[in-house]
Amino acid sequence: MLMTRETRSRTTAEPRKPSKKTAKKPARKKTPTAGPRPHAGPDADRVRLLESMLRIRRFEERCVELYSAATIRGFVHLYIGEEAVAVGVNDALGPDDSVVATYREHGHALARGVPAEAIMAEMYGRTTGCSGGRGGSMHLFDASRRFYGGNAIVAGGLPLAAGVALADHMRGLDRVTCCFFGDGAFAEGEFHETANLAALWRLPLLLVCENNLYAMGTAIGRHEAQTDLAARAGSYGMVAWAVDGMDAEAVAASARRAVTAIRGGAGPHFIEARTYRFRAHSMYDPDRYRDRAEIERWKAQDPIGLLQARLRQETALDDGDLAAMEQRVLDELESAVAAAEAAPEEPVADLLRHVTSRPPEVN
Amino acid sequence: MTTAPPEDAVTTYREAMRDALREALSGDERVFLIGEDVGRYGGCFGVSLGLLEEFGPERVRDAPLSESAFVGAGIGAALAGMRPIVEIMTVNFSLLALDQILNNAATLLHMSNGQLPVPVVIRMTTGAGRQLAAQHSHSLEGWYAHIPGIRVLTPATVEDARYMLPAALADPDPVLIFEHGSLYNAKGALPRSGTTAGLDRAAVRRSGTDVSLITYGGSLPKALSAADALAQEGIEADVVDLRTLRPLDTETVAASAARTHRVVVVDEAWRTGGIGAEVSARVAEDSFYDLDSPVERVGCAEVPIPYARQLEEAALPQPADIVAAVHRAVN
Repeated sequence: MLMTRETRSRTTAEPRKPSKKTAKKPARKKTPTAGPRPHAGPDADRVRLLESMLRIRRFEERCVELYSAATIRGFVHLYIGEEAVAVGVNDALGPDDSVVATYREHGHALARGVPAEAIMAEMYGRTTGCSGGRGGSMHLFDASRRFYGGNAIVAGGLPLAAGVALADHMRGLDRVTCCFFGDGAFAEGEFHETANLAALWRLPLLLVCENNLYAMGTAIGRHEAQTDLAARAGSYGMVAWAVDGMDAEAVAASARRAVTAIRGGAGPHFIEARTYRFRAHSMYDPDRYRDRAEIERWKAQDPIGLLQARLRQETALDDGDLAAMEQRVLDELESAVAAAEAAPEEPVADLLRHVTSRPPEVN
Repeated sequence: MTTAPPEDAVTTYREAMRDALREALSGDERVFLIGEDVGRYGGCFGVSLGLLEEFGPERVRDAPLSESAFVGAGIGAALAGMRPIVEIMTVNFSLLALDQILNNAATLLHMSNGQLPVPVVIRMTTGAGRQLAAQHSHSLEGWYAHIPGIRVLTPATVEDARYMLPAALADPDPVLIFEHGSLYNAKGALPRSGTTAGLDRAAVRRSGTDVSLITYGGSLPKALSAADALAQEGIEADVVDLRTLRPLDTETVAASAARTHRVVVVDEAWRTGGIGAEVSARVAEDSFYDLDSPVERVGCAEVPIPYARQLEEAALPQPADIVAAVHRAVN
């Protein structure tokens, strides 16, 4: 039965988070330690956001090296600069919620908790890869974490996400499905069909548009007639707002608000995370369509630098903590690379496995 | 005291399909029907008439005319544990959802290394013969049969209309069911003995020794009618109903060719690059030394299906075309 809808749509930009609820704390005296430092309370949550972003950044920097050495191949779309979005949104989701991502999804997968080792092994095309070497960079999956890809067709994940949300909705499960997609998806019919369906049926769906201002190499002003994406999403009768996508804490707060409302039965929500990719669209892209000054301006708002500075200023985080964090992430990555190197290749004899659930077709 | 065998009931293809849907909805809470006009309207071709009243609008769910969204939603719901049956009005419209069917339904199991089965059933009509012109009349099931990862069914009889659906729902993979629009009013006997339709085998609908007519779906009645005409002149045709276009049951086809030594493939789709071409190639590969004459093919004229009755009829394979092809093969 179609429920009566309140036609609510809020399309204004969300007010930036009030500077700090945890006003400035007096710096605590700390003894530097070499190993991981246990954090507790709200600071620990903030530090976790930072570490999660750092893991994504370093993972992808390692991917650049491996790609340049021709160790990993295929299309590789880097998320560098956009980490705050995946990390902030995943922070608001629980283990029973679902995530549908795009082809630029290393960050979504890592933030969702897919082990770096399984993702790296997938980049290598190895048996231990999270898709058994059948997906590569653009098709990461982890059913145990309800991570449904990894979709290389722009906007192709949106109808799927609506379906996952529909299944939960029909079964009365208290779950939210989150779908990530880029600004390029706004030019595809699938976004509009899905927005209409989700709002019509009040599906528990969180639509997160990562507006990095470019659809491949085409600037948003050259691919969208109306660039206020939240306003357009809001026109479908769903609550929609924009958030600073370079600020992980703002994204997390924004996503938490949306997820709470969705769990409360408020229907789909739309968040436009305004962000920027520091690298080209893919490793093949010579990036001739962007102005260097523009890139530098955005790099000044690096989400990792921003949160680091804030945590140093407002919490007890210090150089020792940061160095330890960096070391932890690098160690984790090096062991992921070593494991991928050592992992067996998927046997060619298994080529036809998983085409269907039956034994491979012989005809 | 002996128990008389249960009598076969005579029913229509449409009613058989509806019974199958009703049984599926009654038997499994995870099953729901979603598509264009499946609810209040009763189905574009009346197949789901009455099911809304029985099962309610959550489970007989009218969708906007957004093929990509509602087909994709069916695929997503299947990923998340439901057993959706998606109805698309015609195969022509399914092209708007081709991305979801081909890039998601057919690939997710493989790309996820077996983690994400997609147990969705997608039904749609196919074929011409009702003067609906080009955009409602094409036979594109062969295109879908091209795609690994999905199963393609073409029920041609009342029994298959009734029993292929439960078998499709039991299949863990995406299954596409093509219902020829001209078959809905066809009547036939439905065995009451609890038949279940296997999905892997073709069926010999008529036994003969002189020529094999290999066909499926809406062309089956035409092939049978041609076979009757041929019998009048003493030519006995073996009529093979492929039933499933992917995976193809090439064994049954080869066995028929080995019996008759002459093969005519009848397919309502265009000949160029169609499923008839595939079957013909398989016969050449598997049965070359059994053949006494080249494989003949009867297909659609290479034209978008026209509206005018005489033009549409001329475009489509007719029993007389099949008889003529058999004469070429036999003589």
